[in-house]
Amino acid sequence: MRMETSDEDLARAAAGGDAAAFSALLERRYDGLFALAFRLTGSRAEAEDLTQDICAALPAKLAGFRGTAKFSTWLYRVAVNAAHDRRRRLASHRKAADGWGDWELARRAEAEETAGQVDWLITAMGQLKDDLRDTLALVLDEVTHREAAEILGVSEGTISWRISEAKKQLGALRATEDQA
Amino acid sequence: MTDDLDDLKAAMKAATPAPDAAKKAAHLALAQKNFEDLQGSRNQARPNSDRPASGLWTGVRNMFATLTTRGGLVATTAIVAVGFVVLSPAGRDLLRPQDLKLTRPAAEQRTEQDEALNAPLAEEPAPAPEPAIEAPIIVQDSAATSAARSTQTLRNQGLNMKAAPGQMLTRPAPTDMIAPLPEADTEAFANADDSPLKITADDPVSTFSIDVDTASYAVVRNSLTNGRLPPKDAVRVEEMINYFPYDYSAPEAGEAFRPTVSVSQTPWNADTQIVQIGIQGAMPVIADRPSLNLVFLIDTSGSMNQQDKLPLLVQSFSLMLGQLRAEDQVAIVTYAGSAGEVLEPTPASEKGKILAALQQLSAGGSTAGQEGLQQAYSVAERMADDGEVTRVILATDGDFNVGLSDPEALKDFIVQKRDSGTYLSVLGFGRGNLDDATMQALAQNGNGTAAYIDTLSEAQKVLVDQLTGALFPIADDVKIQVEFNPAQIAEYRLIGYETRALRREDFNNDKVDAGDIGAGTQVTALYEVTPVGSDAQLTEPLRYGQADTAAAQSDELGFLRLRYKAPGEDSSRLIEMPITADLPPQGDAGFAMAIAGFGQLLRGSTYLGDWSWGDAIALANGNRGDDPYGYRTEAVQLMRLGQSLSAN
Repeated sequence: MRMETSDEDLARAAAGGDAAAFSALLERRYDGLFALAFRLTGSRAEAEDLTQDICAALPAKLAGFRGTAKFSTWLYRVAVNAAHDRRRRLASHRKAADGWGDWELARRAEAEETAGQVDWLITAMGQLKDDLRDTLALVLDEVTHREAAEILGVSEGTISWRISEAKKQLGALRATEDQA
Repeated sequence: MTDDLDDLKAAMKAATPAPDAAKKAAHLALAQKNFEDLQGSRNQARPNSDRPASGLWTGVRNMFATLTTRGGLVATTAIVAVGFVVLSPAGRDLLRPQDLKLTRPAAEQRTEQDEALNAPLAEEPAPAPEPAIEAPIIVQDSAATSAARSTQTLRNQGLNMKAAPGQMLTRPAPTDMIAPLPEADTEAFANADDSPLKITADDPVSTFSIDVDTASYAVVRNSLTNGRLPPKDAVRVEEMINYFPYDYSAPEAGEAFRPTVSVSQTPWNADTQIVQIGIQGAMPVIADRPSLNLVFLIDTSGSMNQQDKLPLLVQSFSLMLGQLRAEDQVAIVTYAGSAGEVLEPTPASEKGKILAALQQLSAGGSTAGQEGLQQAYSVAERMADDGEVTRVILATDGDFNVGLSDPEALKDFIVQKRDSGTYLSVLGFGRGNLDDATMQALAQNGNGTAAYIDTLSEAQKVLVDQLTGALFPIADDVKIQVEFNPAQIAEYRLIGYETRALRREDFNNDKVDAGDIGAGTQVTALYEVTPVGSDAQLTEPLRYGQADTAAAQSDELGFLRLRYKAPGEDSSRLIEMPITADLPPQGDAGFAMAIAGFGQLLRGSTYLGDWSWGDAIALANGNRGDDPYGYRTEAVQLMRLGQSLSAN
């Protein structure tokens, strides 16, 4: 049986100022974090930007890690919150950019075209409402409903409802697409 | 419905791309930089003032980060560096040879210029940058791709993880070209090379002072649980063995302690045997114990301002207060910049007052160790009364950096106070600048113990469960001398006790200081012995010589002599007993040997052959016995961590 230092121990050491522990922890978690960011945002470029946001802010956030929750749960919460912040920023940016005219329109058309090339699922997920998509992203990442409830700060029942709703909507999307 | 979800999961997995290696490296570097910036004054790793915040060098560094092959790296570095030298005003200055050394502001620039000089030889491997010089922050985002650096550093630290394939340099880089992240700590550990194998015919007598410290085990545990192998010098095998209680028979009434000697098979070598010498100290009736005068000498320098230092210390001492009696007295002296008496001698019954004084401690300033020590001793002398035990308990992270001009003078001072009846114990807290060597020296000279406290449960062990032993000496200057019989034993080797060796003549010299045994404490020493004629003998017998004496014909393996002084006495007493092959093995000898193996594996000892971590774990698991406090279970977990970490 092999053992390794738990994420929680590393996180506590890092919160206490241990740079090596922090580096080890992030190295261990980075790929998962990126995958989650991809599921939350639906595009590689967005996911990279989101991961960068999280990495940049993580040291300061980690100081507040008390070790009462599982580290993975805590990190998911940090990631989901960062995604919210980012969407909010982008939304206000988009609103401000509404009157920008041709250049912005062309840029968005291009973005949509790119989106068409990625996997159907990602596109479909992009059409879900934010809360459904966050929930689905977590659950697809092997997070249990109970943990997802803790991460998103809602009840477990809400998670189950959101998942079934998300599945229903994805099914509907697929049906319309198949007809088309 | 679950099937749906599983399908989705599979589809999602297929759709999710792997992170881009360069982006990942950049993100990790950013996170690490922010981490270190955040530590700021907390950590010693400070940005080098020479580091340009932005500008040309940053551009140069970014270029490095995107280059992958060594050749390309060298060539482009050369071009850029030459360009810099020629085009920039600073660079023109660099061209003046007499200024060359002086104007190089930082180590990384030196590397670049060195490489510039080698530009025509770009096909040949460039000289490796000198790794140790660079300040951490510079290494952070400079040269030698940070991805390679971070994975390499991690591997150096023995962490259990794999690098993403895309992250490596395309050509395997010699390890010395990658600057290791310099350890920004100033820890110093007391240790020496493994006690060497001795040939009985040449050197039949082995003499050492006992060691009741356990600090090394706690340091090892702290390192392993933080995902790193401990520094080899931090591993003192005897302290690891002595951390655990063994099943020795108790001394009879009137005896200060009782030695138990046993002989058993060596787990890592079928042809040798282990002689285990165990000493069990007497446990005086607790109700009769003399009253105690304790002076807590607490380091409140700035470096103590970490969660595992001052706050843990305050909690630990609070735990200990529960063990004191109304007639015991406590005083608190702090040292930071200037030393001060924070709490005058106060009866332990006024617990509220003592606790309040402890809670008010805060860290700040630099350390004036010697001054604090002098003040603590003077307070202790005021408190001392006939028939009482007076002890200074020094709690520190070991940073004696101010006020100590001469370590020898400090030791002499402690020796002098010890002779006047005030003992000194040392408790180490935190890692980073733990000066284990100084702690050991102080405790050894002060007739006290050195313990390292990394968790509250260790505080419980040292300050509550074993408090009596830590505070009440029952035998001073305990020395062990073993004479092996060359007719029976060809070679022998003392496991551990490297820092405790004594000269043969010191055994009978009562002026020579040695370790002390507290009430109820145990000390264990292991010898690995090779019987005459065994296949395991590492040396050839002499062709000439071999003086036969009558005693040598005896079938005794050796003869054990123990010297100790009753507390306060000046002349020593002697205990003697023969070591014979038919002594029964100690019931839990297996566990002591597993720990001895554990320590030797951590030290990279050469005597274990191919005996592995797995063997150590199996042996320890098979001999866990009662383990009422869970110490042995914890040791097995640490061995598993050690196994994983050293497999990388």
